[in-house]
Amino acid sequence: MEETGIGIWGVPLAIFAGAIRVSTPFIFVSLGETITERSGRINLGLEGTLVFGAMTAYAVAVLTGSPWLGVLAAMATGSVFGVIHGWICKFPKVNDIAIGIAMMQFGLGLAFFLGKPFIQPAAPKLPSIPLGGWSTVPQVQAALNINVLFFLGAALALFLFWAFRNTRIGLILRVVGDSTDAARAMGINPDTVRLLATAAGGSLAAIGGAYLSLYYPGSWNEGISSGQGLMAVALVIFARWNPIGCFLAALLFGGAGALGPALQSIGVTQGYYLFYAAPYLLTLIILIVTSSPTRSLTGAPGALSLTK
Amino acid sequence: MTVEANDPGMSIAAGGGTSFRPLLEWLARRAEPVAIGLVAILIGMALFSIFILVIGKSPVTLFQLMYTGGFGSWFSIQNSLSRAAPLLLTALCVALPARLGLVIIGGEGAVVLGGVAAAAIVLPFVGTVPPILLFVFMGLAAMLVGGIWIGLAGFLRHYRGVNETISSLLLAYIAIALMNQFVEGPLRDPASLNKPSTKPLPAEYMMGDIPGMDVHWGLVIGVVACIASWALIELTSYGFAARISGGNVRAAQIQGLPVGKLIAGFTAVAGSFAGLAGMIEVAAVQGSANASLAAGYGYTGILVAFLARHNPLAIIPVAILLGGIDASGGLIQRRMGLPDATVLVLQGTLFVVILFCETFYGRFRIFNPDLWKRSQ
Repeated sequence: MEETGIGIWGVPLAIFAGAIRVSTPFIFVSLGETITERSGRINLGLEGTLVFGAMTAYAVAVLTGSPWLGVLAAMATGSVFGVIHGWICKFPKVNDIAIGIAMMQFGLGLAFFLGKPFIQPAAPKLPSIPLGGWSTVPQVQAALNINVLFFLGAALALFLFWAFRNTRIGLILRVVGDSTDAARAMGINPDTVRLLATAAGGSLAAIGGAYLSLYYPGSWNEGISSGQGLMAVALVIFARWNPIGCFLAALLFGGAGALGPALQSIGVTQGYYLFYAAPYLLTLIILIVTSSPTRSLTGAPGALSLTK
Repeated sequence: MTVEANDPGMSIAAGGGTSFRPLLEWLARRAEPVAIGLVAILIGMALFSIFILVIGKSPVTLFQLMYTGGFGSWFSIQNSLSRAAPLLLTALCVALPARLGLVIIGGEGAVVLGGVAAAAIVLPFVGTVPPILLFVFMGLAAMLVGGIWIGLAGFLRHYRGVNETISSLLLAYIAIALMNQFVEGPLRDPASLNKPSTKPLPAEYMMGDIPGMDVHWGLVIGVVACIASWALIELTSYGFAARISGGNVRAAQIQGLPVGKLIAGFTAVAGSFAGLAGMIEVAAVQGSANASLAAGYGYTGILVAFLARHNPLAIIPVAILLGGIDASGGLIQRRMGLPDATVLVLQGTLFVVILFCETFYGRFRIFNPDLWKRSQ
């Protein structure tokens, strides 16, 4: 600590670095879930999609030597999971939340089954951009070594924010999400829109998985995800279905998660495990403060079963 | 649909005698979930067989092994029943709130904290009180903590408008962090080096097995809890009020039903069952509280509850079936060289297909009780 010469400044730096490193999968999964939920459907199975994406990306990267082909393959499988979910949920009396949980189980099982041979071999990693060259402090350099996917996620959040408001597709998505009947009256098939929205959401969630297996922590095993796919659903509500909100919520969540390890690095070990609860506690407190029993959440799609 | 309990010919035959009509009506109503459920399982098994064929193995061998491993011998039946025990309780944690229209997915948190509470409360009493009294203490502590944990999600739902699905999930993660803090910190047994745990229960304070069986008492507790929950929902005025609120909250409020108290009460009871599952894990399986408590019983319980259509009595066979599939995993792994995740794939396939088949309810006239009411 003394030798590096940054002392107490290591804490905010570690939180900053952790926020960026940990948040990237959350950004993609929560943006994907935002697209799905804006169409009026909820896919609780993104945890399975994410883990299957992590496995696919890793396996394809091992076999072809290209991490980007791995990401593309993960996106393809993610959209297949989304299509299955979207197709099943178009039938009457089918509960989208329950199907999501079942698809999660199915995705996890299939990923563990097919991924067994890929636990050993090493896959090439996704590249990162070293932005810390101006500094001589190694910690700063490490913190500013930021993965390309983070920037892609940030750009995607901005794009989706714009596209929801300003494009025809965005309008169609919002109409379907707010009122199934209004969409039908406009001649839009709500089931098709929701199927495509769930497929898009699945492919984004799979990118989140690819980040986990191909960059950080950068390996494939059965414990690769610590619930990123499930938490994304909470983050989307937290972000009020706003893509930029998702980006910020993911950063906040990642930063809160990095609090424990950062404090430990300067010798604060009291209650170390409690800091793991920090992001969840923070999300819960903000939800409690911003919710109200008398009105539905602002920004909630009208047709969403979760908020009815 | 191929499985039909009654064929129309019977109704004509029985048409003359009115005494058969109530029986037929009852059968038609009861046969629908059984028939649709069985057909769904067959479709799921067929899809899974295709998958097994594609990877070049024999589905026939696999299902034979699955039967042998799950229900083929007294040993495997006992194994399946042991695995079903915690699922009975965690499924109730989902099914009871579901009758009020709530989707609680954080039962895992109540399991984990219930286990920690049970392990913590014994510390001052070991050696001074008889085991049976200690079990009562452990059970009450676990139920209290689990009830508060899930009850909090219900409370927040009604009085703050916080979505209960999300809050219960967040609470589950918080619970696991709390457990780690307790087990690594104040409650840690210094002798547990590799796997931090609380001080183990002495052998005479372990819950033990049902006489004549190699299955712990948790199974009996789970079955009793399921029957009690069924009675609560079907036979009491609270259950009746809860079903009304679950059908239509506004109607219930206009009727003057205490919806808030019902939600808080039902979620608390549900959480206390999940907490009890944690206590059983500690008192009958692990002997101490440690990270093994977060074994996913809470999450599997969600599926059991949905498959049982939130009917507490149906939870019993569904949990035993899942316990059997789970129990056969090892045998399939050893004999066929398939990964242990094979049973997860089958479970996932079955869940998706069974939930998909919900769409067939009410589609077949044969199951409509009115069909059997009509005079010929």
